[in-house]
Amino acid sequence: MSNVLKIAARNLLRYQRRTLLTSLLIVIGMVAVLLFMSVSGSFKAIMIGQFTDSVLGHLEVHRKGYVAAIDALPLNLNMSPQAAVKVEEALKQIGDVETWSPRLKFGAMFSTFVETTSIRINGIDPQREAAALPLLSGRLGAGQKSGPLLAKGEIIVPALLASGMKVKLGDTVVLVTTNRDGSVNGKNFTVRGIMEGLSGPGGRDGYVHIDDARELLRIPDAEVSEYVIRLKDMTHLNAVAKQLKQALEGLSNTEGKPLLEVHTWADLSPFANIARMIDVLTLFIKIMLVAIVLVSVMNVMIMAVYERIREIGTISAIGTSPGKILSLFLCEGLMLGVAGTLVGSVISMIVIYALNIWKISFVFGQQQTVVLSPSLGLGQVVAIAGTVIVVAALASLQPAWKASRMDPITALRHV
Amino acid sequence: MSLVRAENLTKTYRFGDIAVPAIKGVDFSIDPASFVCFVGPSGSGKSTLLNMIGCLDQPTGGTLKVLGTDIATLDRRAAARFRGENIGFVFQDFNLIPVLTAYENIEYPLIMVQEWPAKKRRQQVLRLLAAVGMADQANKRPDQMSGGQKQRVAVARALVSNAKLVLADEPTANLDHDTAYRIIELMRKMRDEFGTTFVFSTHDPKIMGEAELTFVLEDGRIPDGAGKGETHHV
Repeated sequence: MSNVLKIAARNLLRYQRRTLLTSLLIVIGMVAVLLFMSVSGSFKAIMIGQFTDSVLGHLEVHRKGYVAAIDALPLNLNMSPQAAVKVEEALKQIGDVETWSPRLKFGAMFSTFVETTSIRINGIDPQREAAALPLLSGRLGAGQKSGPLLAKGEIIVPALLASGMKVKLGDTVVLVTTNRDGSVNGKNFTVRGIMEGLSGPGGRDGYVHIDDARELLRIPDAEVSEYVIRLKDMTHLNAVAKQLKQALEGLSNTEGKPLLEVHTWADLSPFANIARMIDVLTLFIKIMLVAIVLVSVMNVMIMAVYERIREIGTISAIGTSPGKILSLFLCEGLMLGVAGTLVGSVISMIVIYALNIWKISFVFGQQQTVVLSPSLGLGQVVAIAGTVIVVAALASLQPAWKASRMDPITALRHV
Repeated sequence: MSLVRAENLTKTYRFGDIAVPAIKGVDFSIDPASFVCFVGPSGSGKSTLLNMIGCLDQPTGGTLKVLGTDIATLDRRAAARFRGENIGFVFQDFNLIPVLTAYENIEYPLIMVQEWPAKKRRQQVLRLLAAVGMADQANKRPDQMSGGQKQRVAVARALVSNAKLVLADEPTANLDHDTAYRIIELMRKMRDEFGTTFVFSTHDPKIMGEAELTFVLEDGRIPDGAGKGETHHV
């Protein structure tokens, strides 16, 4: 086999310019795909991270129908204390779950005693919320990030609302809300922090302690609107979601239908569609790479066979088996693919390394310094390299087959 | 026992509905270690006959046995194997592989056809290089060699796998007379040294005189019977 490779390599070097150009096309294709994958992957990961680590978590559990009516923040669709206990028991049983945070959500009137507006409030357990959403405190303004997220009697106000209502840190504001029975209640809060906005869900959400929320809503029991769940490894998202659904299947309402539903972050965020678009774009770039490799290698190999018809006739006449002739041309195509793949991968790695040194940052929503950190997994590089090599082999298969099936007499007569 | 025996051998090419007979029922036999020449004008069937003897083509009638094997029974793969094991070829245009040196061209059948071990291969190639007088040109590529040198390398390549039969279709057509004569001399010397049967075709009267047995082909026919030192006309 090494002799076949040696002869194949010599044949490639016979037409140096053509080999160089074809390899260059493969290299450019490889670099384009790997760079696009790494940069778009980094962008996607950052964006998904922003949503999952500061707003949505990886998974959420709600009472059935709550998400469909979420804009109304219906208090009558909260989970009962018994259901909440069952959810927490199920979560404790799943090893991939890192932590979770219960929320009690409601709509309220936010007043500065001068102006009043509506606000969505998340009643949270500050410690659990900070653990489940590690980037949440990062969205607080300068000087507000140290210490616990908030204490009882404190409120975190969304930045848009704070600027509109001219609310500053330490101001006293009042929240007024209507409970499930229709009675109105109000409570004073001190502004603990101002939360920077985020494109998508959570841009107008305020936060208070869950005990304050229960007091305001006059809910004596541990009702929960939703559980925000953080996983140890996000790649297990769908498996854990399935496992959790199965664990909660036993809970049913009076009509015998499932009481709870499990949503992944992608079910809840419109950014999931953008992430899918990035995946589709990546797929198209990959298809373009396949087309480039297929056309360029096939073109070169067809020309190689055409130019060497007499040579094929000679080696066939002296007894070279059709299989050996096939492998000879196949090796030439493969070597083009392997060479282009190797060089393309190395160049891509160097460029990605350089991009990480330069630290390219961009603005996302209210955040000014989202740093792009492109990276590539070995598996991704191997998958792309493997695709290119397989496509190169496939592209040379037809010309190689043609060469191996050539009639030696006709080939020897070829001018 | 004859090395090659043809009985009532015919070859007809078909172009659509038109049948063009190239060989019209020839009988001949070639003994081992003989030095045989087929002569005749263009279109007389020399190349067709050599192609069939070389298992590159199949007869449409009669029988042709090479080394006792009826070549009509060989499929494409078996024919390639048979050629690789028994038959060497020398071509009019030398047909060396341009990317390989003289040494590597000679070595090629031992690698790609017979898979000899490296040490044995090297000994054999060096022996053949010396035999054809190309030992000092081993590292030259075809584009660095003269026509005569290329044909010497081609003769060495034909002999390297210990072929019992070497077929040379117009091996001197692209060479000047002196070089052509030296190539024929070389082929005869190789026959003497290795005991290989050489069958070649030519239409050069001086070259055909060097053969021990000459068959004259005209319009695809050849006379019955053959004997050493004879020239057979139709």
